[in-house]
Amino acid sequence: MRAIAGRVIALVPILFGLSVLSFTLLAMVPGDPVTAMLGLEASPEAIATLRAKFALDQPLPVRFLAWFGNLLQGDLGRSIQTGRPVLEMVVTALGPTLLLAGAALLVSLAIALPAGIVAATRRNRPADFAVSLVALCGLSLPSFWLGILLILGLSIAWPVFPASGYAPLLADPWAALRHLVLPAATLGVALAGASMRMTRSAMLEVLPADFIRTAHAKGLGPRRVVWRHALRNALIPIVTLVGIQLGQLLGGVVVTETVFAWPGIGKLVVDAIFARDYPVVQGAILVTATLFVLLNLATDLICVALDPRQRGGA
Amino acid sequence: MRRDPRALLGLGLVALVLAAAGLGPLLWRVGPEVADFMAPLAAPSAKHPLGTDDLGRDTLARMLAGARVSLLVGMGSVAGACLLGGAIGLVCGFLRGWTDRVLMRTMDVLLAFPGILLALGVTAALGASATNAAIAIGLVNLPVFARIARAQAMLVAAMDYVEAGRAIGRSPAAILRVHILPNALSPILVQASLLLASSIITESYLSFLGLGVQPPTPTWGNMLRDAVGFLDHSPWMAWFPGMAIFATVLGFNLLGDGLRDRLDPRAARGA
Repeated sequence: MRAIAGRVIALVPILFGLSVLSFTLLAMVPGDPVTAMLGLEASPEAIATLRAKFALDQPLPVRFLAWFGNLLQGDLGRSIQTGRPVLEMVVTALGPTLLLAGAALLVSLAIALPAGIVAATRRNRPADFAVSLVALCGLSLPSFWLGILLILGLSIAWPVFPASGYAPLLADPWAALRHLVLPAATLGVALAGASMRMTRSAMLEVLPADFIRTAHAKGLGPRRVVWRHALRNALIPIVTLVGIQLGQLLGGVVVTETVFAWPGIGKLVVDAIFARDYPVVQGAILVTATLFVLLNLATDLICVALDPRQRGGA
Repeated sequence: MRRDPRALLGLGLVALVLAAAGLGPLLWRVGPEVADFMAPLAAPSAKHPLGTDDLGRDTLARMLAGARVSLLVGMGSVAGACLLGGAIGLVCGFLRGWTDRVLMRTMDVLLAFPGILLALGVTAALGASATNAAIAIGLVNLPVFARIARAQAMLVAAMDYVEAGRAIGRSPAAILRVHILPNALSPILVQASLLLASSIITESYLSFLGLGVQPPTPTWGNMLRDAVGFLDHSPWMAWFPGMAIFATVLGFNLLGDGLRDRLDPRAARGA
């Protein structure tokens, strides 16, 4: 329990640091959003009024305190471009992003778990080398290029899936799935490389253990030994991996969402950067980074729950 | 490493890309920004071996010029992060106390951002350019180097020969330079090779999104950005820059893996 409390308390300075950094970064942005809104020919009075409205005329520390005070009440400000509350925009965009990230994670694990297990059980044989090579290629593939190749193959040359766009899952599940396939495959395949390597090395740690030999000795079939006994004990690094991957996905979606015009948080950030809509950029980056930190914490806690050895000492 | 075919392949790929970036523009003497108005979106041919883009600019010439930019941004960001992060880590691991706590908590905050998102935030703040892309990617890499260097420094600082150095009256700076730095170097170098791979990918992401190196300077990422508008007409515009990124990143990854297996035999057993 103390270990858990310690980790939760350690989050406080990190989260505060995140908010300071998100604020400072975007306060340094060259070019004024007000000029972007009103155009270069706006009168100085109009610019001054609008700057006062968004408190852009205040000194930086004052703006930070006001922003941070609002943040603690769950208020991330309003979009300069649309006037809508930033939190609402971020939450709306989070749905499609989480759907895409979840689907990509499934694709990645569906490739990586069997491939990693095959590589580990046939160590130093051709299958192992093939898996290692494929994994390294996956790690080296820029995901947006894979996305473009998938569009070239499966939307243009052989039009099976739509090249871009999104359909809500509940309103039209079939259209939603068809739109989901290419972006989820893009992200999932790109992630599978790292997962294959992790699964393989986790299994290699477990396979020489005594209890595996015992399981073989008491006459269990090789498939049962691998899937029931070895995999279960290799689960901790794999859970860690899933946590890390979900985190990476939160970043990885940025480019993939832009390629496929997927209305998630990544596209929201990129569009807001071009529109110089700082409150949206700030809010979206802060919410994503906070989610990333919480995911890492959740991963740690699940590992503690899975591994009784970590409970006492930590 | 001579007996490791993967590392050799990696070395070959990296050498090829370095040669293309260094010598390519001298051998293929077509300017990357020269437009052939008679041949926009041309398919690969003898005159334009990799085709042309929508303005009739030669794809091969742009790929060779882009190699320089992508490698320079990647290497600059890794070198800067390696020097600064390495120094922070060594000092933290050696001095401990408040310096360590404050600096490492700052590094934790940087690590708490998904890498690409931090890079996006920084380029949004500083403006889109090659230098700013290198700074942004360097900032993403900084905490990784700081952590590795710190762990290594702490390991070495506990050794008897460091204690002996103290006993004979060596100054902390001399101990850092003579004992800790040389012994902490190899994991830092391995990480540098692997981070070069990821930095080249991040640079291409930023350029692809329009937030990295700005046109007309070609990079592999912004060439792919241009290609997206012409996928149904000229798919080759998207093939070649992507292949270049893939081959370069694969080269650095293979090389990094090979170096790690050689310099850190513990990792070789698991991997």
